Amino acid sequence: MSDITKQTLSELVNNIKEKKLSSSEITQAFVDRSEKSKELNTYITEDFSNALDKAKKFDDNPKLDLKLPGIPMAVKDLFCTANVRTTAGSKILNNFVPTYESTVTQNIWNEGAILIGKLNCDEFAMGSSNETSFFGNVQNPIDKNLVPGGSSGGSSSAVAAQLTPITIGTDTGGSIRQPASFTGTVGLKPTYGSCSRYGIVAFASSLDQAGPMAQNVQDCALLQEVISSYDQKDSTSIDFKRNLYSKELTKDIKGKKIGIPKEYRVDGMPKEIDDLWQKGIEYAKDCGAEIIDISLPHTNYALPTYYIVAPAEASSNLARYDGVKYGFRADGENLIDMYEKTRSEGFGAEVQRRIMIGTYVLSSGYYDAYYLKAQKVRKLIKNDFDEAYKKVDAILTPSTPSSAFKIGEKTNDPVSMYLNDIFTVPVNLAGLPGISIPAGHDSKGYPLGLQIIGKAFDEQNILNIAYAMEEKINFKNKITDWWIK
Amino acid sequence: MSKEKLEYLINRNDNQYEVVIGLEVHAQVLSQSKLFSTSATKFGAEPNTQVSLVDAAFPGMLPVINEFCVKQAIKTGIGLKAKINKRSVFDRKNYFYADLPQGYQISQFKDPIVGEGKVILDMPDGQKEVGIERLHLEQDAGKSIHDLDPKNTFVDLNRSGVALMEIVSKPDLRSPEEVNAYIKKLRSIMRYLGTCDGNMQEGSLRADVNVSVRKKGSKDFGTRCEIKNVNSIKFMQMAIEYEANRQVDLIEDGQTVDQETRLFDTKKNETRSMRSKEDAHDYRYFPDPDLLPLEVSDEFIDQLQLEIPELPDEKKKRFIDQFKLTPYEANIMVSDIETSNYFEDVVKKSDVKLATNWIIGELFAALNEKNLEITDSPISAGNLSKLINLIKDGTISGKIAKTVFEQMMEGDKDPKKIVEEKGLKQESDPKALEALIDKVIDSNRDKATEYKSGKVKLFGFFVGQVMKVSGGKANPQLVNEILKKKL
Repeated sequence: MSDITKQTLSELVNNIKEKKLSSSEITQAFVDRSEKSKELNTYITEDFSNALDKAKKFDDNPKLDLKLPGIPMAVKDLFCTANVRTTAGSKILNNFVPTYESTVTQNIWNEGAILIGKLNCDEFAMGSSNETSFFGNVQNPIDKNLVPGGSSGGSSSAVAAQLTPITIGTDTGGSIRQPASFTGTVGLKPTYGSCSRYGIVAFASSLDQAGPMAQNVQDCALLQEVISSYDQKDSTSIDFKRNLYSKELTKDIKGKKIGIPKEYRVDGMPKEIDDLWQKGIEYAKDCGAEIIDISLPHTNYALPTYYIVAPAEASSNLARYDGVKYGFRADGENLIDMYEKTRSEGFGAEVQRRIMIGTYVLSSGYYDAYYLKAQKVRKLIKNDFDEAYKKVDAILTPSTPSSAFKIGEKTNDPVSMYLNDIFTVPVNLAGLPGISIPAGHDSKGYPLGLQIIGKAFDEQNILNIAYAMEEKINFKNKITDWWIK
Repeated sequence: MSKEKLEYLINRNDNQYEVVIGLEVHAQVLSQSKLFSTSATKFGAEPNTQVSLVDAAFPGMLPVINEFCVKQAIKTGIGLKAKINKRSVFDRKNYFYADLPQGYQISQFKDPIVGEGKVILDMPDGQKEVGIERLHLEQDAGKSIHDLDPKNTFVDLNRSGVALMEIVSKPDLRSPEEVNAYIKKLRSIMRYLGTCDGNMQEGSLRADVNVSVRKKGSKDFGTRCEIKNVNSIKFMQMAIEYEANRQVDLIEDGQTVDQETRLFDTKKNETRSMRSKEDAHDYRYFPDPDLLPLEVSDEFIDQLQLEIPELPDEKKKRFIDQFKLTPYEANIMVSDIETSNYFEDVVKKSDVKLATNWIIGELFAALNEKNLEITDSPISAGNLSKLINLIKDGTISGKIAKTVFEQMMEGDKDPKKIVEEKGLKQESDPKALEALIDKVIDSNRDKATEYKSGKVKLFGFFVGQVMKVSGGKANPQLVNEILKKKL
């Protein structure tokens, strides 16, 4: 079959189960396409030959009752993978090979999937365009020199370009939903505590959450079902009843109340985005949902709050990269000199900027004015959602304030870059699940996404809404394979 | 009975200074595994053999609280008569050092697990209450080893992540002697509880010592200096003495004391400035986002309350009531759990008064001489009570008992067997004694005559002679009686 890589995950799983395709055939197809797609720069580390070996082993002894039987899969290079280099997109971990596996990836391999490589991302997941990676820019398959979003830019690009049938990213302030929106793919940020953080290189511990990225809602639901688990190795993991998201998926959302928050109608929002949002509202109505205007009054404060909380935690989380134990080390005259040189040479500019912001807001004399106040505002933002959810079952917003921008367009303007996260950040601050689905194209033909925000632990509900709307929207991604010579 | 108050004051010129001391004691929690990982905590293991990925701060590794360590901290809090905080928070204390793999220490800053409590000290001039400010849980750092190589520093992470209880006293201590008593009492309480082995040689108990001075009668505190990481009571006392005198000298010289952190040089017996207040680290404390606030229920605390054994203060009271010990004797018997257990074992089967005297007198002296702890005593409690019973029922004299005791110290032998084997049994047969005494009087006719003419002092001579002839075995009481009659 020549069109293996065009198949959805569900199709691939069915073809394997019905023995129409072998794992080796599927893995070979994705490896071949990946080989031809080096210009996208999606991979930091390829593990193709191991993947083919594993596929062969799978075919020798196929376990067809698994959820991802013999399915090849590349993952964001923020997940530690045993014996496969894990860099977090940073020079400082350029040579780091973990001896251990993250819980989320272990869950995936336990269901029969096969690692084919580690995907590019912004350095330590700090960025909205994948331009902060030590391993270079990633191309968006939608158009040349277009960013794929970030920080899970390698993941979004790889799924959109069909180099992997599905993938996982991590989302601290929008790092799954924004790149999904920029590439015409589906990305879910689960409730904080749904997926274990064990073995994921930490950016901001109270916000980080792993999640699935796929070409459609069905695949996304199946992967969420696989990766979400209660894990005693993560003290913030939550033991709640997890659905069989893909099995319980339904398009029947009749009577669901969907809130439209007026504060998301931000100043200077392009008309295209506003139009998309209106279209989304109509689609939701078509599906039988009831639209209700709501208010999330503290939305304005979400971005500044995020840019205090996240860097504060990051400044501490990244202290362990000091050249002493593992990773990159620069020689120095003494310990302090070694620290300074290692961290100056090992971290890129954006990471250094956030470490400095974080160090500043935690400093004595500034802590109360910044960090403590940010924590209070965070509580208010969460209260806003709690209030809203007394009236509605989910909230519909645009995923991003614009479509994908050109590589280099915002690199010298960090604040404009940070504004990309304006619609996604409140969801992380409140610990809620949010999904971005492709909903249309702008005048340039670039994809635009809509975000559906749910109640905590209510992933099933937003997956259902996304599933229903997906059918109405009937989005077709325009991928021309321009990078394949 | 009022005792003379013993004050520790430093006199200079015409001024008297009082010393104010507060301690931050770091006590290693007695636990098989570390505070946030499952690595072992055994002392003396090969370097870097008890280190998990969490302890070495590998990417993506997360701390998980060890419930046992939480229980140990709460038990210690109960032992300190302290408030147990049902909600406490772990914070990160951020600083860079080679033996701190995470780049931060997980500690408790604003909301410790244990709040205010107290410790009662028995000082020669009466009891003294020392306030406890708080107790919190935190991770230990690893160990930097600077003397293995001229150019490089080696790091051993075995200790990295081991659970410590930091016990902060109020500035209630006023002398090196009180510090000595305080540390010993704290150590004793924790050993009773089994929450810290108190082994100072192995670093299980160390302290930061805060010292300031003020003119006697002043209500205001002087500027304090903190002497870091002192690991023996003797050094604490020496450091306090040196530091207090240094501060007094400064003040008398018209200078001021700067708030700073100092180190105690044990070789030179002096404290030296380590860093000034201006250079103090900004630790950027904030709640650790990898850990949820620690919440414990009333039931959890109540359950632990049931596991609390009788503690030194209560035991002392009971020993005074039940065994009629003097407060002095009771203090010695309860000073550590092993001594009190030994004492109670001995008195189960023998006379309390004799047992007390033999333990505090002979046994402690003998153990001291051999540099042994009571747990290593060659004489078991059972055999000591047998010895005491032999004295009590007149089988042997007190003097012979000392000979038997010495032999028992050579190895835990049954005193009855020693007495039999060596024929040390006391001679209490009046007829046999009479015969002996007759012999002695016969061979000392002249002295007997002198005695009769009024030289009563010679009575002692005759007793001595009889004892000598009997090889020390004659029952002294009977000898006295018969001699009186015969002479």
